[in-house]
Amino acid sequence: MMLARLMQTEGVWLFSRNPAAILAAIVTIVVVAGAVLAPWIAPTNPYDLSSFSLIDGLLPPLWEQGGDPRFLLGTDDQGRDMLSSILYGARLSLIIASVAMGIALVLGVSLGLAAGFFGGRLDAIVMRVADVQLALPAILTALLIDGISRGILPREVHDDLRLAVITLAIALSLWVNFARTARASTFVERNKDYVQAAIMMGQHPLRIMLRHILPNIVGPLLVIATVDLASAILLEATLSFLGVGLPADSPSLGTLIRIGMQYLLSGEWWILWMPTVFLVVLVVSINLLGDFLRDLFNPSLR
Amino acid sequence: MLSVAGLTVRFRHRTGAATAVEDVTMTVARGEIHGLVGESGAGKSTIGAAIMGLLPPAGEIAAGDMRLGDTDLRTLSAAQAHHLRGKRISMIFQDPQTSLDPLMTIGDQLVETILAHEDIPAEAALTRAVDLLEEIGIANARARIRSYPHQFSGGMRQRVVIALALCTNPELIIADEPTTALDVAVQAQVLDLIRKLAETRGIGFILITHDIGVIAQIADRVTVLRDGKVVEQGDTARVLGAPEHPYTKALMAAVPPLDRRLRRFAVPRVEGEAETTDLTAPAREAEDWLMSGAGGGASMGPALDIEAITVRFTGERRGLFGPRESFVALDDVTMSVRPGTVMGLVGESGSGKSTLAKVIAALVHPAAGEMRLDGAALAPMRRRTRKDPSRRVIQMVFQDPYSSLNSRHKVLSILTEPLRLYGLERDEARQDRLARAMLALVGLPAEVADRYPHQFSGGQRQRIAVARALLSRPGLLICDEPTSALDVSIQAQILNLLKELQTKFGLTTLFISHDLAVVRQMSDDITVLKDGKLVETGPSEAFFDGPRHAYSRDLLAQTPTVRFR
Repeated sequence: MMLARLMQTEGVWLFSRNPAAILAAIVTIVVVAGAVLAPWIAPTNPYDLSSFSLIDGLLPPLWEQGGDPRFLLGTDDQGRDMLSSILYGARLSLIIASVAMGIALVLGVSLGLAAGFFGGRLDAIVMRVADVQLALPAILTALLIDGISRGILPREVHDDLRLAVITLAIALSLWVNFARTARASTFVERNKDYVQAAIMMGQHPLRIMLRHILPNIVGPLLVIATVDLASAILLEATLSFLGVGLPADSPSLGTLIRIGMQYLLSGEWWILWMPTVFLVVLVVSINLLGDFLRDLFNPSLR
Repeated sequence: MLSVAGLTVRFRHRTGAATAVEDVTMTVARGEIHGLVGESGAGKSTIGAAIMGLLPPAGEIAAGDMRLGDTDLRTLSAAQAHHLRGKRISMIFQDPQTSLDPLMTIGDQLVETILAHEDIPAEAALTRAVDLLEEIGIANARARIRSYPHQFSGGMRQRVVIALALCTNPELIIADEPTTALDVAVQAQVLDLIRKLAETRGIGFILITHDIGVIAQIADRVTVLRDGKVVEQGDTARVLGAPEHPYTKALMAAVPPLDRRLRRFAVPRVEGEAETTDLTAPAREAEDWLMSGAGGGASMGPALDIEAITVRFTGERRGLFGPRESFVALDDVTMSVRPGTVMGLVGESGSGKSTLAKVIAALVHPAAGEMRLDGAALAPMRRRTRKDPSRRVIQMVFQDPYSSLNSRHKVLSILTEPLRLYGLERDEARQDRLARAMLALVGLPAEVADRYPHQFSGGQRQRIAVARALLSRPGLLICDEPTSALDVSIQAQILNLLKELQTKFGLTTLFISHDLAVVRQMSDDITVLKDGKLVETGPSEAFFDGPRHAYSRDLLAQTPTVRFR
């Protein structure tokens, strides 16, 4: 019943007429499912030292001369299965990106809602902080947080907290988008009569913001969340690639690419290219979905 | 000159095709003003767009003939149609604000249009543009032609739009709601201009409007449309003076007369909207609940006194370091609303009517002045706490029913909100029951509660908004242009409802409208505002019989009436 009604909505109709969005959705679902289910579907566990051996090192993908049927996408120098490494790496990348995006969403939307609703001094402060944040490139923010945490935390603690540090760094560079969009939309909604009616009736400001305004501004926020998820994945890959991110014993997609860099001109191309292509496909798909959502929520673009 | 025969327009959409205009036949002669009148969705604008060849991509002309002189409009190529638009057929749009380019002087816009259609030197085009502006009634046209659109007032801007439509000597002008965005005084001038152009230049006009008063004032012939079909067609005096079709009769009965006060509008039941359920039993329950709150028996709204209220809005800074210029929206306004009566508040746009309502509702803070509710001081916005008892007593019905209800909430949750907020009913089942009963009182079935606002028409939404206001058990109801976004037949229904509720519950009401005819139907007393200042305030009947102030007399004289000599 619910499903039948969903199938009749305009969104589903527009979606069914947009081949790029359908393809992007399929790719995203397959990739995310693969990453989430990695421990169950990956052929081997790349973290388990007993599951691979040096003898299998540097085997090319299955379709190349000398490919081994056990390793669909070939192996790295340690003899690890590339497919398994990629799935596990993508899993880690997605976890970091989603958590970072979630933190940025909650932080940015709360600040943006409050700034837009109350205006005045609060608005000025929040938006100036956002401007400063925006003037710092995301990578710089991340390097800064990483540097500071290295400086003030004991080494063992820092290593344990690396995951948290990188997640926080990404979140901090993404919240501004949410805050600005939430603020702008709140400004518009605040002057609509239903909000004026609620203010007039004497409802609690928190209730007005959360119950009345928030549901009316989720559209644009959803679009940003999607596009920012792709940004977060890229940012994590960049940081890991630069070596700021995760340690080599729990490789994300970025770490895999960094390791693969050493083989760029060596003939073992797959070690670099497999994770890179995977990353590109994932990010492009999510961005295409974001584009579709943006068009959906902006009737003037239809 | 223009003849349209059997015009049928269809719109394709995802679930099939909808017929927007069906078998419409009409003619426009030289110098004739042909009115197209009907309520929203009647297909008026679609006919105009089809004649212009400007139907949106989803629309197609399924059948019919359209001829302008000896040109068949349907067989034109895209290039020919493009040339014909502007050259032989022009259009005037509703909003002069958006139909002029704000970054070009009006002279440049006129010259550009002339040169696009005629191969003449630029100086000649400029001379023509100046002549046109003079003809259209813009004084000192030679100097004014170098002005930008924002340097003209709304009415002047609409004249420039008309000049733009005229500058290629078209045979036919399609005017789509040309005066809807204008105040009555300006509307009267623009209508005079259209009348004059039809007479002196022999231009045929198609005047598309929802306002029967406008049609009555200047149209020679009129076509009444409903659901894309022609209901009645003929001379204006005949069709509006002695309508034959029941729909036209109903429409005419719903137009509020300026010259007398009706007890209620004769609203015939619209087919397809027949009330299937008997609403009287639940409505009685809601009524009892409303009555019981006032301590039983003769409930009566409070008296409202406004004393020397002044509102200033901070304006733009003049220079980088200059002071902010403040704008006085209300200047020393004093008036009072007698308990249990309706005070009509009228004035042109910008007169401060809505600002006054917002001051009372604590949405705008006054710079000076005092308010009293039943003798007790009523705190202004910054001092009125969320728990102030007046929050419940004062309720408001807004102009735009599409924005005054939160589209993400179900009607039930919108309606029960005041009950919870003011602690009027704590039991959830009771809240639910009362909300549904209140819907019955405003003439809607109980199932309505389970749906979302976007599933309703404007009139139904306004009923829901009224029900929400009533569920606070209010004493003072502020209605800010509650019917100006509605069609005339729906307006009549809502006015009937408001009258009924007001008398039944003795609500003190502040009724704001720009339409004097509507105000006459509603109010016991009347207050006229102009540019934030009070012009006059007093009993309504005396006002309409002979207003004391010259401005009020003008206002009254300029309001279009539907009367035939």
